[in-house]
Amino acid sequence: MNKYAFFLGCNIPARVSQYETASRMVLNRLGVELVDIRQFNCCGYPLRNSDSRAYLLSAVRNLALAEEQNLDILVLCQCCFGSLKKAAQLMAQGGSIQDEVHNFLASENLKYQGNVKIKHLLTVLNHDVGIDTIRQQLSSTFKDLKIAVQYGCHGLRPSPVTQFDDPFNPSIFDELVMVTGAQSVDWPLKLECCGAPALGIDDDLSNSLAGKKILDGKKAGAQYLCTVCPYCHLQFDTVQAMMLEQENLKEPLPAILYPQLLGLGMGIDGDLLGLDQNQLEIGDIRNFLGKE
Amino acid sequence: MLYKVLLNTSLIIFSLGLFYKIFSWLGCNPRLKTTESSWTIRLQAGFTGIVKTVFSKKLFTLLKIFITDIIFQIRTLKEDPWRWFMHILIYWGFMLLVMLHALDQLITQKLFSDYVPTLNPYLFLRDFFAAMVMAGLVLAVFRRFIHKPLRLKSNRMDYYAIIIVALIIVSGVCLEGLKISSYREFQNMEKEYAALDDEKDIRALESLWVKDYGLASANITGPFDNAVIEQGHELNEENCASCHASNKWAFAGYGIATLIKPAALHMERVGAVTMLFFLHIISVFLGLAYLPFSKMFHVIATPFSLLTNAVMEPGKSNPINVKTRQMMELDACTHCGTCNQYCSAMMVYEARGNVCILPSEKMTFLKAMVNGKSLNQTQRGAILEGVYLCTNCDRCTVVCPAGINLKQLWLNVREDLLQQGDTQPIMFSPLSLVRSLHRQELPPEDYQKPLTATGQALAGDFKILTEPSKIFSLPTNTVPNQDTTLLDHNFIACFGCQTCTTSCPVVKNYENPEAELGLLPHQIMYCLASGLTEIALGSRMLWVCLTCYQCQENCPQQVEITDIFYELKNQAVQNLVDADTLKTMKNELTK
Repeated sequence: MNKYAFFLGCNIPARVSQYETASRMVLNRLGVELVDIRQFNCCGYPLRNSDSRAYLLSAVRNLALAEEQNLDILVLCQCCFGSLKKAAQLMAQGGSIQDEVHNFLASENLKYQGNVKIKHLLTVLNHDVGIDTIRQQLSSTFKDLKIAVQYGCHGLRPSPVTQFDDPFNPSIFDELVMVTGAQSVDWPLKLECCGAPALGIDDDLSNSLAGKKILDGKKAGAQYLCTVCPYCHLQFDTVQAMMLEQENLKEPLPAILYPQLLGLGMGIDGDLLGLDQNQLEIGDIRNFLGKE
Repeated sequence: MLYKVLLNTSLIIFSLGLFYKIFSWLGCNPRLKTTESSWTIRLQAGFTGIVKTVFSKKLFTLLKIFITDIIFQIRTLKEDPWRWFMHILIYWGFMLLVMLHALDQLITQKLFSDYVPTLNPYLFLRDFFAAMVMAGLVLAVFRRFIHKPLRLKSNRMDYYAIIIVALIIVSGVCLEGLKISSYREFQNMEKEYAALDDEKDIRALESLWVKDYGLASANITGPFDNAVIEQGHELNEENCASCHASNKWAFAGYGIATLIKPAALHMERVGAVTMLFFLHIISVFLGLAYLPFSKMFHVIATPFSLLTNAVMEPGKSNPINVKTRQMMELDACTHCGTCNQYCSAMMVYEARGNVCILPSEKMTFLKAMVNGKSLNQTQRGAILEGVYLCTNCDRCTVVCPAGINLKQLWLNVREDLLQQGDTQPIMFSPLSLVRSLHRQELPPEDYQKPLTATGQALAGDFKILTEPSKIFSLPTNTVPNQDTTLLDHNFIACFGCQTCTTSCPVVKNYENPEAELGLLPHQIMYCLASGLTEIALGSRMLWVCLTCYQCQENCPQQVEITDIFYELKNQAVQNLVDADTLKTMKNELTK
């Protein structure tokens, strides 16, 4: 029985709640038990620019909370994932800020000893649950569906820290898409950034990067983008909708969250997977489902 | 006479306070700049909104919320059963006392024609409700002073609220105790209701009251003759029992009476009953007059906030009413601290010490701001940092027992402060994402202005680097700055292959990247190697870096370029908000 502390971060509950609901549905089918720790706080990622102490303290408190319950962490967001992984690495190095963190945690009766593993949804699905188990749960598979997978930067890189997959030729996500019957297209900008980190700082830059990826995905023949990170998803859903509205973009390449895609293959109702909570219409993807 | 004067004065002050509050909800506070529409228009809009809601299906929603969230306070129960228990004890106890006891002639008498305050169940219930309030207050004191949940802050308003309620209840119970033990009260009642002629009969009745009803008498102390007590019982049944139950039912007052029995006669002589009576009514009137200006105003504002929040819909409701509600929400906050327990940025508060990062304290300072307290630059900076160091996770809004739409409040305040020209280096972080998602709500120039100003404050408009004529002199001491931990990041290993720059998606995005970015990634590495950290800090490249780690992953020398960028940005922010400012900020706010 796989059991994890479920780390949602800040964006998902507030802006991409369908990612949470769909993940819960799918993981439940696959026998993964999720433990909610309400005391979890921000992973620290947004603070890395401005205050490394605040970053480390935020990240490590979460690790300590999971460790308290002897649980590994399952993360949905690639940025949270990268941030927690980096924090674990920094703590292993030791130093004066690290000592401060330990002292602070002690004042809240918490302790971090480095015993907690941090895993992204993709890792749990591909390695811990396994492709075969997933295949057994599918009620139908997609036919002629071409998907451009959006890995997300902070899972892949820096690879010595994240140890997620081969940073130059990753396959973990492609395999998970292919098991649903869909095809994972090769697209040149596959491993590039979605542009979300520049949102609110330089929107032109951010939109331009997103636009390039969207065009690139379409050129490679993809009908949908598939995302596994709320930042990427906001960028390719909410922001793409804004770009279309402002005519910065002609044709959409809608994004579907991976658990939504997998859930459809498992025969879960689209409403339960929150398909209509996406800004761009993705309901038609069901037309690609063929009965086994 | 005095009673009436006091009552009317407190009622007048209460009403004036209430009007003052309602006018400030309508944006009529002269010290507020946010009023685009006059108060009459806002009042009209509010009134129309209320009428429309009441005469629609939404009435059922209102009723449901009234029962679940106001009477039973389910929102609090879900968060913290203990705090719910504490608050329900105080809230129900006090409200029931107000109805049963304080307004008995207006309410209890109308509802129950047989109402006699000295008969059961009223005699018992009054003390029972008082005991509820007291138990709740004990829990409240325990919570605020002994248990102290993490990041729960207490301020004067919290103390005043506890003190005033405690004063009302304690003085009331003591007054009852004194009256129970009072010989004069007994004599008056005996004359008025029993009117016994026989000295022996009076003694018998008195004996019974001394023995069983808590009376302190100068004549009779016991031991008691059974026959006399028996006779007393008979007389009591005949003359008193029809409108006076045993004082033991008023258990709190009876307890006090038993406690003070040895000193009761002396206290009676110095007029303690009158004194306590005035203490009791003055504390009640004080509470009433002070209510609109104290935390206790939440008994009015919080139900309003819960009800309006349940029926108002973002995007659909009249924006004028949304503004009005936001002002009201400031008064609905009870400073209970639930938000702080779940705030995603709680560790940022612990690291930086700026109390404005905690939602409950942001509220306190917003209230102060709205009430016209002038804030200096540092304090405004602290509030802006507080509202910007928010991950917009909406948890505070989800858990708030008063149903306050905190997330919207933060966004509005954040924008207001930014538009007033305050700069905030944290703008250049992923925390700006939500501002971008809402950018269509702002005119484009207003959206861009604070970003430009902050960029300027951080790196002098990034212009210094784009002037080709500018000549930099190398520092004479070429040993890199020893203070920083950048050396740990082995940039010294850089051999100048420029792979970082060629793999950077930001660089690739521009035709003329140098003009746009100031320094390219490899140039930043060169700067560091030459000890020109200052110049590196002025590069726009740092702030539009996506932290996608392409450079670092691709570097053949394993230089941790992105992490070095992070450290440089930390340094730049620190230069802008140095440790001293942070310290003064902390001190001024905790004053």
